[in-house]
Amino acid sequence: MIHAAGSGHPGGSLSAAELVACLYFRVLRYTVGRPDDPSRDRFLISKGHGVPVVYAALARAGCIPVDELKSLRRIDSRLQGHPDHVRLPYVEAATGSLGQGLSVALGMALAERLDVKHDYRTYCLLGDGELQAGQVWEAAMAAGKFKTSRLTAIVDYNKVQLDGHVRAIMDLEPLADKFAAFGWHVEQIDGHCVESVLTALEAVTAQSEKPSVIIAHTVKGKGVSFMEDTHAWHGKAPTTEELERAIAELEAD
Amino acid sequence: MGKATRAAFGETLARIGAQHPRVVVLDADLASSVQTKKFADAYPERFFQIGIAEGNMVGVAAGMALCGLTPFIASFACFVTGRFEQIRMSVGYNNANVRIVGTHSGIGIGEDGYSQMGLEDLALMRSLPNMVVLQPADAIEAEKATEFLADYNGGPAYLRLTRQNVADLNGDGYRFEFGKGVELREGNDLAIVASGACVGEAMAAAELLSKRGLSVAVVNIHTIKPIDSDLLHRLASRCRRILTVEDHGIVGGLGSAVVEALSECREVVVRVHGVRGYGESGTGVELFAKHGLDADGIARVAAEFIARDSDRHGV
Ligand SMILES: Cc1ncc(C[n+]2csc(CCOP(=O)(O)OP(=O)(O)O)c2C)c(N)n1
Repeated sequence: MIHAAGSGHPGGSLSAAELVACLYFRVLRYTVGRPDDPSRDRFLISKGHGVPVVYAALARAGCIPVDELKSLRRIDSRLQGHPDHVRLPYVEAATGSLGQGLSVALGMALAERLDVKHDYRTYCLLGDGELQAGQVWEAAMAAGKFKTSRLTAIVDYNKVQLDGHVRAIMDLEPLADKFAAFGWHVEQIDGHCVESVLTALEAVTAQSEKPSVIIAHTVKGKGVSFMEDTHAWHGKAPTTEELERAIAELEAD
Repeated sequence: MGKATRAAFGETLARIGAQHPRVVVLDADLASSVQTKKFADAYPERFFQIGIAEGNMVGVAAGMALCGLTPFIASFACFVTGRFEQIRMSVGYNNANVRIVGTHSGIGIGEDGYSQMGLEDLALMRSLPNMVVLQPADAIEAEKATEFLADYNGGPAYLRLTRQNVADLNGDGYRFEFGKGVELREGNDLAIVASGACVGEAMAAAELLSKRGLSVAVVNIHTIKPIDSDLLHRLASRCRRILTVEDHGIVGGLGSAVVEALSECREVVVRVHGVRGYGESGTGVELFAKHGLDADGIARVAAEFIARDSDRHGV
């Protein structure tokens, strides 16, 4: 997809592959063809640049044609470079300016409480670099106050952002303590282990007082040796030869 | 003197809350100032205290709107529209039905000074393609605009309100027509096109000018976006001179909207009058006088404008 587009963000899409797959194929309740179903679970990708992994899941789930993936970033495509909710209602909100999605997800979780007719859960996937934005912590503080137990944040903690390693740019640690101090229930897992991801997503449903965060330890560019753990592949498309090597590695996996 | 448009807004919101179960109100620690306290007391389950975190308030409101609610988020105009990037991304681009309410607009707030004055808010909100922008001129218009926004379902909207009391201009039976300017006074030598707190001053200025033999129309623009382009073109052909007056910076506000609407019109000369430079402390009345936004100041600017334009035409 990103190769066909000639630009995009492979690193942060690959690190979230298992997280997004578990959500779309095991956890989220939604009806294909009915993106406006008021009782659907809400999933927001706050790190909007990672949306190719969501488009891939939507195609696999049958929400959009697989063929359409080739239109990523092309003129008039619904698959904008970053999510566009108006063009493609399957993405719950436009994102791409980092730091805003958790607030929007909190609004959805609060709306659910006022909705006497429909029950749904709200999930929000965040980047680790994204957590440097102050608004994330405004939202975290507010979710703790409002005790939105049906809100789950998932941090794709791949340790790398755009300019380099998170640790060197603006360290987040101790991250679990920070969320706990804001009134959140915290799960820490290996974000590439499907079983752990599913267990954590199940565990958070037991919460009735606190919002939950799943800190998923991941590897940026996971599955493609030359893309792993480097910011070099944060935002560039592979050449045809690189794509072939990448697919061979992923298939051998 | 009538009351502040923020007061009329707050009373209306509390009054219509029962018939509008989808309306929710978000606050960033200013409920008593922006007058949403009455709603909070009447409907505590639909009132959300977000704390001094306006960016988060914008985002939370967007999420609520995307789930079918109609959130009103109110703060001082400068603080709420100052979260422009959140508004552009989470509200505008999602076409979310969020009602952004900016009170304490302009130098009219007085003593608090520049940091609390909304002087760029219209420029910011007008720049978003789908944002409706309303600025009522008196209490009854604020009431009608609030009712309109509670029902409106077409996307985001901005409502700009005053801290200070403003004169009553419209009678009890007033009908608010979205998108339509209101010609409060007819005239042929000049049309003063004003909005918000400046409309009352413009009416008084027109009275002063009539004593000097000048026939001046006054038009109230409560819907700054989409602006009443037809009316502006009619005024252009009839009066040939338009003076815009607003308590907002001269870049991007009502004046800019009028000039944009008339950009291909050869028949008219437009003069944009508003606040130049940063605001400052003083009473609202003193500041209106200093910046030429009171009746005397508007009359002076209008007379100069007419005289200069007449010279140019050799009339
Ligand atoms: C507010 C904002 N600032 C800067 C950017 C540019 N940007 C896009 S992705 C990115 C790095 C994101 O890193 P991270 O959140 O760790 O995402 P991931 O590593 O999962 O791709 C930056 C700085 C942006 N999109 N938004």
